[in-house]
Amino acid sequence: MLSKSQARAFFFGGTAVTFLIFIGLTIYSLAPSNDQTNHHNITEQVIKGKHLWEANNCMGCHTIMGEGAYYAPELTKVIDRKGAPLVKAILQSPVPWAPNGRKMVAYEMTDEEADAMVEYFKWIGQLDLNGFERIVSPLAKDK
Amino acid sequence: MKYKSQQVAYWFFALCMLLFALQIVYGFIMGFARIGMDGLHDWIPFNTARAVHTNLLVIWLLTGFMGAAYYIIPEEAQRELVSVKLAYVQLISLALVGVAAITGYHFNIWEGRKFLEIPRELDYLVVVNVLLFLGIILATLFKGKRQTTTALVMVMGLVFAALLYLPGMIWFDSQVTDSFFRWWVVHLWVEGVWELIMGGILAFLLIKLTGVDREVIEKWLYVIVGLTFLSGILGTGHHYYYIGVNKIWLIVGGVFSALEPLAFLAMALFAVYMYRKGEKNHPNKLALFWTIGAAIVSFVGAGLLGFAHTLPQTNLYTHGTLVTAMHGHYAFWGAYAMIVLAIISYAMPNMTGRKRYDKLNGHLAFWLSNIGMLGMVVALGVAGVVQVYLERRLGMDFMVAQEEVKIHFVVMLINATVFATGITLYIYEFIKFGRPTDEALEMKEEEEHILVK
Ligand code: HEM
Ligand code: HEM
Ligand SMILES: [Fe+2]
Repeated sequence: MLSKSQARAFFFGGTAVTFLIFIGLTIYSLAPSNDQTNHHNITEQVIKGKHLWEANNCMGCHTIMGEGAYYAPELTKVIDRKGAPLVKAILQSPVPWAPNGRKMVAYEMTDEEADAMVEYFKWIGQLDLNGFERIVSPLAKDK
Repeated sequence: MKYKSQQVAYWFFALCMLLFALQIVYGFIMGFARIGMDGLHDWIPFNTARAVHTNLLVIWLLTGFMGAAYYIIPEEAQRELVSVKLAYVQLISLALVGVAAITGYHFNIWEGRKFLEIPRELDYLVVVNVLLFLGIILATLFKGKRQTTTALVMVMGLVFAALLYLPGMIWFDSQVTDSFFRWWVVHLWVEGVWELIMGGILAFLLIKLTGVDREVIEKWLYVIVGLTFLSGILGTGHHYYYIGVNKIWLIVGGVFSALEPLAFLAMALFAVYMYRKGEKNHPNKLALFWTIGAAIVSFVGAGLLGFAHTLPQTNLYTHGTLVTAMHGHYAFWGAYAMIVLAIISYAMPNMTGRKRYDKLNGHLAFWLSNIGMLGMVVALGVAGVVQVYLERRLGMDFMVAQEEVKIHFVVMLINATVFATGITLYIYEFIKFGRPTDEALEMKEEEEHILVK
């Protein structure tokens, strides 16, 4: 039968090996040559958009790349679906946007902020998500 | 209970009960918002309620783990905690940081990154707090008479959990890289190092409750945590399928995360087998229910329901839907909520000296909360499958599909009421136990038996 020291060796050995592989794969998949995100397109505005995304916890209702909450629509392809002007209007609206009864927070963003959000969404919209980009938004596929 | 300093655990458990109750309140706020009753929207919008709900969950579980460590480590190391005063300082500062974070969420002060919403300034305080905690626990363990495998595995889990908090504090310009490292915290916590903590608590409880020989239990503990890391580390890949990183993760994540249920299966078999093998005369039946229950429900919630959406072909459709929420509830409940409730149920009679181990209320608490949670999970699961079909297969608009699943949230709320009744009874029993007493120190407890293998 398995002894305790063998069990311990299995634990430490398995952990060390898989951890090293994990680090290797991390380096591999973050290497610039494997970039699927158009990293060079991350402008100051996109970064500002990401700050706003976090500062307002948009992910607390919406998903992006399938991550977040399930209360409000997925936003990965929102610009393709709704168009930039409508997205800006929603972000700048002084009353909660609620086309189907479910309310969003009225953020009353400035022009500059709303533009940054749009740029952020445009960058997100171009990611290569290994096929998920077509499932998540059928409308985007049809375009 | 043999050491007076173990009484510190009581106050951690009391904080647990308080935060857990609040977590449920915010769950109801979200549940009602989903069926159109969003009267609180102006003060507590959905994103606030959600951040509070999930952060309170994480904080009360961590508080429970800390309480468990303050209870278990002295007993395993056979000495008093190195400093009771510092342990109280740690408790109070933990509560203050938690309250500050939760309050901030009501005023748009947060970092909208799912599960890691605590602002970075407060993160530093969290780090200091956890270092203090680890200092007390490590010093106690290594100054103690013995360092058992149970204690070592548990402490390893706690130390790694602290280390893994750090990648979540780094800023990245790219949403993709941000997500990538967010999973180092979230996934490697719940499907990695927290399982060590759970395994440690489970082993401790099984040794105490079944009387099976420590050597046998601890050998299997190594096998279980070995399986956990073997599958769980590379299993992180199941979050990397569709977030804009290389396709290699579809294979690596798919294969290794599909193996993750093995660790939970091993835990369930281990608990049931040790129970069968052991003596069935321990009077604390409730602790036994929660312990065996945690091992079994974690296999269903994390293992089976996790497996249900972990293959890339399935996850392509279920990723980021209510199917995920269904699994999140049952996995957290079975694995971590139940194990914390198990150690509390075990420790309370020993700390207070009151033998309320087999009360009707306690049994009702167990069954109502478990039946209610199962009902909630089934309702969320049905809602999730309908959502996936309508939205991702038929291409319906998000809100049109949401209207269709509204009715399942009514069902969910009914079950949530049953669940909340169970938890209310649990907390009622907790209060009935009263405070720890020094007389409890003199009570004779279970001896560690040595059975023939
Ligand atoms: C106790 C252990 C576990 C807990 C507490 C847990 C909890 C969670 C939570 C809360 C999420 C949502 C995360 C987010 O979107 O931010 C999640 C996602 C996920 N879990 Fe688990 N889980 C556990 C174990 C497992 C296991 C063993 C598997 C696989 C066999 C698994 C498979 C998944 C998958 C595939 C997702 C991603 C769902 C998606 O794409 O939206 N989980 N889990
Ligand atoms: C009265 C009881 C509860 C109700 C009504 C409730 C309701 C909810 C709702 C509506 C959500 C948000 C889903 C969305 O984004 O649309 C949620 C999220 C969540 N809840 Fe609960 N909840 C309850 C209890 C619990 C308990 C006891 C636990 C843990 C043991 C828990 C763990 C979670 C987790 C982990 C999430 C995030 C799931 C994800 O992101 O996939 N909840 N809950
Ligand atoms: Fe995971």
